[in-house]
Amino acid sequence: MGLVESGKLPKPLTKILNMSRRYSMWVYQWGLACCAIEMGAAFASPRYDVMRLGVIPLPASPRQADFLVVSGTVTDKMAPAVRRLWEQMPDPKYVISMGSCANCGGPYWDSYSVTKGVDQIIPVDVYVPGCPPRPEALLEGIVLLQERIMNEDMAERWKGDPIVVE
Amino acid sequence: MVTTESEQMAYIAAQAADARVNVEVETDEGMTLNLGPQHPATHGTLRIVAKLDGEMVEAAEPIMGYMHRGYEKLTEVRTYPQVTTLINRIDWLGSFANEVPFILAAEQLMEVEAPPRAQWIRTLLFELSRIANISLFLGDMAVQVGATTPVFYAFRDREFVLNQIERVTGGRFHPNFDRIGGLKDDLPKGWIEETGSVVNKMRDFCDEMEELVLGNEIFQARTREIGVIPPDVALAYGLSGANLRASGVDWDIRRDANVGLVYDQIDWKVWTHPDGDSFSRFWVRLQETREACNMIEQLLDGIPSGPIMAKVPRIIKVPAGEAYVATENPLGEMGYYIVSQGELTPFRVKIRSASFSNMSITPWLLKGVFVPDIISILASLYFILGDIDR
Repeated sequence: MGLVESGKLPKPLTKILNMSRRYSMWVYQWGLACCAIEMGAAFASPRYDVMRLGVIPLPASPRQADFLVVSGTVTDKMAPAVRRLWEQMPDPKYVISMGSCANCGGPYWDSYSVTKGVDQIIPVDVYVPGCPPRPEALLEGIVLLQERIMNEDMAERWKGDPIVVE
Repeated sequence: MVTTESEQMAYIAAQAADARVNVEVETDEGMTLNLGPQHPATHGTLRIVAKLDGEMVEAAEPIMGYMHRGYEKLTEVRTYPQVTTLINRIDWLGSFANEVPFILAAEQLMEVEAPPRAQWIRTLLFELSRIANISLFLGDMAVQVGATTPVFYAFRDREFVLNQIERVTGGRFHPNFDRIGGLKDDLPKGWIEETGSVVNKMRDFCDEMEELVLGNEIFQARTREIGVIPPDVALAYGLSGANLRASGVDWDIRRDANVGLVYDQIDWKVWTHPDGDSFSRFWVRLQETREACNMIEQLLDGIPSGPIMAKVPRIIKVPAGEAYVATENPLGEMGYYIVSQGELTPFRVKIRSASFSNMSITPWLLKGVFVPDIISILASLYFILGDIDR
């Protein structure tokens, strides 16, 4: 990827690269709590069928994944493992935080053991609200992420730190 | 995140310390296998540390708490109507069933009784959530032993049940529909007929699962005489629900200690299986799904007319006292022990969840099995992480 790293990627090439990245995303599903079942419904059920969006669920390991769906409550005990799996993913990597718990703590906002938002430990690209969000909402989040990838300047991304959504 | 090398080393050391959990697992020679906390077979975030001798498990230990969300403490700062929102999320596959014992215990303390129609609809939704819960197990168990297709069927047909729950309660997963003294709303128009056709679909689903999974040679080879729990051991470890019935113990709270639901007014049967292996646990759950279909049909026919709410004050204060009510949830016995001091919030709520007790047998059960059998045994025990860790 010398061309990308040099920052002189021609526009049409960027577009082709982005389009191919957009429609071949491997998702590592981080099924944690209730949302995992709605995510399973989105990924494994014939009614929602995520593969029509060009997303391939169930890679064998995070090392093969392009983006991660954190679905459900992240507890303080689980947080190091979430971070560790995210670190194993190759760059460029994206994170969808699914459900109120992963977004901000949700109904456990005053719990002593729940991490109030997965964005405290890993950068999040798309937040999907809901408790749990319907599978359609997750699909919408995936489509938004794909749009973001489409408009992304690869050279910009590869030059510095990964994009962090604050 | 920019980390210095020393920070990185401290992080790795902390991770390594986290991996060392048990003296028994660590001291002897042999290989330690760490399963989870993120592993598809653990339904989320259970972690099993097993010490292996070749392919044989010498000792195994489940490590829980990765999904601990502090329900028991949170209920102390929520008012009684707010608590149902929380406890919906304990067993997230059959959410309505979680609310019922809590509401029944609170009703017992307040000395109110739901009107008959509310009781019937409660029982109806209870059994619907049982189907929603167990139908996913039927698909998931097949996935764990290597067949991917059944889970697609399970998700497909489960949607029909979820639609029916959604039409009544407004929520696919977490209905939050039960109120002290009755239910939030009555059934919508045309719901009863639609549910009747959904029940027929679920019967077909059960037949499909029986043909697809139960009669499968590979499935039988992976589950028959694997993970056998004798009845006395099952009782000693406090197993409940289908796990206990699969060991041949004829025990069902719906029949033996029914409180506030109308199981005594319909005709149904408790299914047991004498073997106690993984196969029989699958078989019992399959039969229970069928039985739930039968029950729902009878309940649909017999719903009495009348009001849906009893007379309760607008601001609910539960009189001082203690009550324990348990029901036969899809996973087993689920009970709530409420201590009230006459406040808006409970003073203390102890949640007896089925999966936690069902899980406690794993060190005994996994001793001496082969590594691939860990997966099929765990799948057949059928736990839900929210139900274990609460």
